[in-house]
Amino acid sequence: MARVQRYPDGSRVPPWDRAVDLTKEPAPVPEPAVTPVPEDLRRTIEAYMSKYPDRRSAVIPSLAAAQRHYGWCSPEALDQVAAVMRLTPAYVESIATFYDMFETEPKPAHDVYVCTNISCSLLGADELFEHFIETLGDEGDFNIRAFECMGACDIGPMASVDGVYVGPLELDDVAAIANDVRDGRPVLSRKQLAHRAAADPGAAVPVPDPDTMAAGPPMPPERGRGEATSPEDEP
Amino acid sequence: MTKLLFANIDEPDLNTIDVYRRHGGYEALPKALKMSRDEVQAQLESSELRGRGGAGFSMGKKVSFLPHGAMDKYLVCNADESEPGAFKDRELIQKNPHQLIEGLIIGAYAADVNRSFIYIRGEYQYQADILDAAVKQAEAAGYLGERILGSDHTLSLVVHRGAGAYICGEETALLDSLEGKRGNPRLKPPFPANQGLYQGPTLVNNVETLSNVPHIIRMGAKAWAEHGVQNSTGTKVVSVSGCVRNPGNFEIELGIPTRDLIMGLAGGPREGCTIKFFFPGGSSSPVLTAEEGLDIPYDFDSMAKAGSMLGSGSIIVVDDTVPVVEVAKKVAKFYAHESCGKCSPCREGTNWTVKMLERVDTGEATPMDLDIIASVQDQIIGHCLCVLGDSMAMPIGSLVRKFRAEFEEHIERAREARGMGVTVPEPEPVGIAGADPDVGPY
Repeated sequence: MARVQRYPDGSRVPPWDRAVDLTKEPAPVPEPAVTPVPEDLRRTIEAYMSKYPDRRSAVIPSLAAAQRHYGWCSPEALDQVAAVMRLTPAYVESIATFYDMFETEPKPAHDVYVCTNISCSLLGADELFEHFIETLGDEGDFNIRAFECMGACDIGPMASVDGVYVGPLELDDVAAIANDVRDGRPVLSRKQLAHRAAADPGAAVPVPDPDTMAAGPPMPPERGRGEATSPEDEP
Repeated sequence: MTKLLFANIDEPDLNTIDVYRRHGGYEALPKALKMSRDEVQAQLESSELRGRGGAGFSMGKKVSFLPHGAMDKYLVCNADESEPGAFKDRELIQKNPHQLIEGLIIGAYAADVNRSFIYIRGEYQYQADILDAAVKQAEAAGYLGERILGSDHTLSLVVHRGAGAYICGEETALLDSLEGKRGNPRLKPPFPANQGLYQGPTLVNNVETLSNVPHIIRMGAKAWAEHGVQNSTGTKVVSVSGCVRNPGNFEIELGIPTRDLIMGLAGGPREGCTIKFFFPGGSSSPVLTAEEGLDIPYDFDSMAKAGSMLGSGSIIVVDDTVPVVEVAKKVAKFYAHESCGKCSPCREGTNWTVKMLERVDTGEATPMDLDIIASVQDQIIGHCLCVLGDSMAMPIGSLVRKFRAEFEEHIERAREARGMGVTVPEPEPVGIAGADPDVGPY
């Protein structure tokens, strides 16, 4: 685990005592007039806010939309979410730093979350993660993170590549994953969780061959990275 | 063995409303809507369905705790399945989302709730997309919305995606997260049934619990409760993972021997290995060794009697090739990482346990440290705001207790590898610059 990015206290998450500039005034709710927000992002956030009795409930989906739009939760993105939602930037940042899937530092375009929790590590997830870092760590295209259990222990050791679960992975699969991502193909379609039949022998019904479904599972439509969902997509 | 939740689970397109209806889906809903709310509640209560999320509390009772009368009440389905080893909700949502939606509508009717949410963990993107599509279909078919199927019941349903935090599976942290805050657990009481989401009475149920509801209404509580054993009625989807040949989800009747589950359905240990111990209910349950655990029935009461728990029904099997210290370190590190930091026994206890286990691993510890580890676990249990601290303390405590000899052997070997052997060399006197070593610093 030598190459995992770690903070001085040995943790993978920022320490709680990261220095704060106490001489600075706390930032107020950003003025909409001086905070330009891309139109589609604004419409998405407003659509999220309208779904809940309290607009603050939309802060997690809105941050996710901002992260899809900008690639990470940049200070500008946080400001824009705060401006549309009428919250202080500090509040929005407190949410962005709490949840694992929000990145407050710039990150490479493709997310590879490798599960290193108990069930997967019993089956060699730590070696797999090391191999991911060795093979793809210096490429600059892949945001490789050791992640906690992602709820797919039946396909362990597994990884989530841009949200697509694949497993059980062998060390050779790492290069294939990288090629699939670079060429824009569905990632490792033979090993995708979406095509996997239930293990329970009593529930056995033939499942279509993954090869005939190479274009990916029939539904739902894949969400493009880097574009915010338009509000029409959401109920 | 009877399949209820997993019936036709691999039928292609079961996640669409047409195929679900072809298999008898959405037939329980009109039946429930023709009954009075109290009758539905009585059915749920007499089925003795116990919550499938981990606590095992009677679902019917939970419904009855909600106050009556016109007010903003909420139903929240907990689909934030993050317990290491648990993946049953994922399969139920991905393959049969309408079963969950139908159960949720019936549950909301029984509790007289008009607004509902499904909080699904952010990592389940594919499953959340399926759920979104299923909700849209159910709305179009008139199962959700105003005056459902001509009754006086109205229900809205929003699928809310989380963003990666184990603690949000705890019901009050989940409510905070759904309100748009950091996922910190709340002090209980007040319980969510009185003051939950947006301060309104809230019913929080697991995916599998709600997925059982249509079957209870369809079959009648009595026929449904004939499955399983006393105090653990019904079927249960069990996730088996780790060192087994056929990992996956299996729907069983509660009360079957654990051996049938691990050795039979899951295929037993890999070639040439034997089972050393297993977690019977996810990584937060006290472990059982093969001798202790394999021959007891797999149900709520038997597991509790054996000193562990059924929890979410997730078995993690560990075989004899894996050092127990590695397992303990993995488990403790996970809980230290996921502790939200709100209360000290958990925040400090998890972090100190990791540090001590690392010392055990590197040979800086002595057997006395094992006593300290055990006592730290005792200090955590029952002293935290939520059960996250306990969730680490219970398995770690049981590992240290049951495998003490292996821990001690590990310490001894690691110390020898460091050249420290059995006797500890005299520590070097700490010199202070400029101080005379004979006189000392003072």
